[in-house]
Amino acid sequence: MSDAPYDLHGFRSPEAAAALVERIRALATEPIALMEVCGTHTVAISRFGLRSMLPGTVRLLSGPGCPVCVTPLVEIDRAIAAARIPGVTIATFGDMMRVPGSRSSLEAERARGADVSIVYSPAEALALAAEDSERKVVFLGVGFETTSPAIAATIVEADRRDVRNFLVLPFFKRVPPALEELARVPGRRLDGFICPGHVSVVIGAAAYEPIAHRHGIPCAVAGFEPLDILAAVAALAKQARGRSEGRPARVENLYRRAVTTRGNRRAQEVIDEVYVIGDAEWRGIGTIPGSGYAIRERYAAHDARAALDIDVPAPREPAGCICGEIMLGLKLPGDCPLFGTRCTPRDPVGPCMVSSEGSCAAFHRYERVEAVRGAMDREDR
Amino acid sequence: MCLAVPARVLSIEGMKGAVDFGGVSREADLTLVPDVVVGDYVLIHAGFAIQRLDRSEAEESLALFRELARALEEDGP
Repeated sequence: MSDAPYDLHGFRSPEAAAALVERIRALATEPIALMEVCGTHTVAISRFGLRSMLPGTVRLLSGPGCPVCVTPLVEIDRAIAAARIPGVTIATFGDMMRVPGSRSSLEAERARGADVSIVYSPAEALALAAEDSERKVVFLGVGFETTSPAIAATIVEADRRDVRNFLVLPFFKRVPPALEELARVPGRRLDGFICPGHVSVVIGAAAYEPIAHRHGIPCAVAGFEPLDILAAVAALAKQARGRSEGRPARVENLYRRAVTTRGNRRAQEVIDEVYVIGDAEWRGIGTIPGSGYAIRERYAAHDARAALDIDVPAPREPAGCICGEIMLGLKLPGDCPLFGTRCTPRDPVGPCMVSSEGSCAAFHRYERVEAVRGAMDREDR
Repeated sequence: MCLAVPARVLSIEGMKGAVDFGGVSREADLTLVPDVVVGDYVLIHAGFAIQRLDRSEAEESLALFRELARALEEDGP
């Protein structure tokens, strides 16, 4: 096939998948729990039905892999407050639109007349700003390391072209410090991380070495096709066996067509140029040291937090939502009393339901029966 | 959110390029992949190419995955 980057069908081969599942079955004779920390993995696992293919000994947990889901409520409220400021245009990726704030949402604000634009790229937001210098265009800087370099490059470009009305409200998150935090959570077993493929494109597979070496948790960088994910599960199942025999945990890169050991150096340079590492609050989890990026003083003119005086009252978290426990791997969506009843993709309560890449939304869309059955099984035990 | 889609680079002009997503052509920013050339496959995320895809690594991975599965038949876990 000349018009594809590689043999995509090969990565979806049902025969090879079945063989890998058999391999996993042979390896996972003892129970293991693996966590993915990437919304795109969450969706792929649900969409391809991988959970139901795996033997009962393998439990796949869905960690805080959705940047929208981990954006604190107060920051959602801040974005909504910014949308209400006269002369401000909010430019955002589409999945932020329907996230319920304490009292409103961006979608509701737009219906009331606020200027909110959905963009596919931060470069489009810069174009909006360049077109109309009278308006302040505030781009919502939500994302992990996959997204933050694109936004950083756009800030550099805005600075170079002197587009002063292009602002970014930074909600950036860094994945490795969150994995270290997850490794420390007591009360549940964790035998391996399925590491996020496209975050790893930027930071490189070596970025997970502290997780393996310091915390003894095996890591497998995985792509997004069924075989990629099953191969990661097999590799982690094999490492779990090795661990029980005293072998050290290590990082395996199973997404070599896109991920190198050291990552994308150019992207890392742009990140360093524009951001400084700082502590960040993850919704449902709390503050994680060194897990965020703030915009450097040099680019402060493009920092919406500094440029706009946005006052937000104390946020009101939705009652009964267990998104926090789900993202820590303590519970699955089916364990939540609101799941599928009070909380649905059409009328979401918590952040894991509102983004299409949230654990609850993926379970609701693809695995609803399994989710409820799984919860019932656990209650029976 | 971290979805990235493979596309082929059709043309390059400065830091921008036209890329082809299996028949649909779009502009992409190539700032983050300075070494890319026309004909390369890249991963596009939020309008930016974030990596050049390595076709030989893709083939090796497939072979590795098949081997991983086959190891069972040969020597057990």
